[in-house]
Amino acid sequence: MHTETGNKAVVGGLIVVLLLAGVAVSAPLLAPGDPGRQNLVLNLIKPCWEYPFGTDELGRCIFSRVVYGTRVSLTIGVVVTAISGLIGVFTGLIAGYFGGLLDEILMRTVDVLLAFPGLVLALVLAGLLGPGLPNVILALALVGWMGYARVVRGAVMAVKVKEFVAGVRALGAGDWYILVRHILPNVLAPVIVMATLGIGHVILNAAALSFLGLGVQPPTPEWGAMLNGGRSYLRTAPHLTVFPGLAIMVTVLGFNFLGDGLRDVLDPRSQAKIPD
Amino acid sequence: MLAVAFGVSFVTFFLMYLAPGEPAEMIAITRYGAENLTAEQVAVIRLAEGLDQPVYLQFGRWLGHVLQGDLGVSLISGEPVLTEILARFPATLQLAVAAMAVSLLIALPAGVIAALKQHSAVDYFTMTGALLGVSMPNFWLGLLLMLLFAVNLGWFPVSGYGGWRNIVLPAITLGTGIAAVTARLTRSSMLEVLAQDYMLTARAKGLGEGRIIAGHALKNALIPVVTMVGLQFGHLLEGAVVVETVFAWPGVGKLLVDAIFARDYALLQGCVLIFAGCFVLVNLVVDLIYVWLDPRIRYEKGG
Repeated sequence: MHTETGNKAVVGGLIVVLLLAGVAVSAPLLAPGDPGRQNLVLNLIKPCWEYPFGTDELGRCIFSRVVYGTRVSLTIGVVVTAISGLIGVFTGLIAGYFGGLLDEILMRTVDVLLAFPGLVLALVLAGLLGPGLPNVILALALVGWMGYARVVRGAVMAVKVKEFVAGVRALGAGDWYILVRHILPNVLAPVIVMATLGIGHVILNAAALSFLGLGVQPPTPEWGAMLNGGRSYLRTAPHLTVFPGLAIMVTVLGFNFLGDGLRDVLDPRSQAKIPD
Repeated sequence: MLAVAFGVSFVTFFLMYLAPGEPAEMIAITRYGAENLTAEQVAVIRLAEGLDQPVYLQFGRWLGHVLQGDLGVSLISGEPVLTEILARFPATLQLAVAAMAVSLLIALPAGVIAALKQHSAVDYFTMTGALLGVSMPNFWLGLLLMLLFAVNLGWFPVSGYGGWRNIVLPAITLGTGIAAVTARLTRSSMLEVLAQDYMLTARAKGLGEGRIIAGHALKNALIPVVTMVGLQFGHLLEGAVVVETVFAWPGVGKLLVDAIFARDYALLQGCVLIFAGCFVLVNLVVDLIYVWLDPRIRYEKGG
């Protein structure tokens, strides 16, 4: 039963995510207009046949901007998750495997960084580094790796005492060979689940940074930045606010569905399946 | 605990060195503006703030001041940072408590009912709602609520601070996202407890369904929920930064964002330190409540 609902969620989430990836790749084909082209005569037009989501204060086609925004948000989500995932998995692997002082130092660092609410730290980092896409990615990656490190460390400590590890070692395998070929594959399931949910989380935080004016800057078509721009026109032109937010929600929902489903299917609690 | 506190201050202090440019020059720009900046002004600040000394001495001196409750002086207003933060703190606390209340009022009944009626329409409705809740950006939800209830219906003020009407929309905005996570956890935790043997024992004793749920299931099911609520406090603080900005709520979160834009480094350090301090403190309290709820932990630690 559990796995069945999990499979449905995986399929549903995967469809949404693949559709969005398709939109991102084929943005120039799907967008009816240039996301940056201004037309002050046609500003703040309500949604209509020619402009499905209306136009913004500078007369730009909101539908085209939302379509192009998929590229920005997915790029940030995937790149940040890849960087923080790599840092976290590497840290967790060596901390859990080698233990001792190295483990102590790395895990204290994780504790300290986790003592800051993540978005607060990312805000300050982005604010100090200055706005812009590379700095947003850097700020979010720096505050996002600790969770992976903790989970991987725990999993490594559970796996490294298994008999098959001792067996491989008895055959003369080196530490790095054991880590990469035998331990890593066994701790990957929770990491995949975390990373899938993590992409959604990163997209939300990136949008929040841009909404506050500390992330991706206008005129780049970024959903959070578009919401920030639309705020002043909430009374007269609410469509500026409705559509970019909807895009964020659908995207994050897709990744959450996929991640939840994967968790049910891979069930981290069934770690007992690891061969002894 | 102490090591973490030290690490937190260390990170907070050295965060400022991430900004491009020399600290004294940045402070001078903040104070006097970039146009009419003179080399003397920078030199005076460098000397006055002790920025000519080695970094470890600066950190030691700063830490000494922090331990005495001296977070420095705001570069913009000239007021002590601690005074500014304390003036804003009640607003954030009110918002956090109200949001937590909203989230628990939604999440606990929803989670418990969903678990009791597993696989029913109520269950699917609740869980779909929860998934929507975690996926919705809170600043967007805030704007939509503002649009519907403040702009169109006029029931609540659009933004600002004051009477109880002002807090309703920000608290709902901040509370719903957190409610989603809590509802899901309450449901799964409740389901797990309901499947335990002692539930069967309670039924065999002939206890009524109400007493079984309230007395046996709920208390045990709440243990993981309490931990989660504590961890969510961090999300609450994160969310407060955004929600306070949306609703012009004069709390510490808004102060932090303003400090970032004004490049008021002393105020920025102070806010970050306060946020981290609150977070660490709440986690400590959660640990204590956890032990109280589940005495086994105390015994296991050999207490």
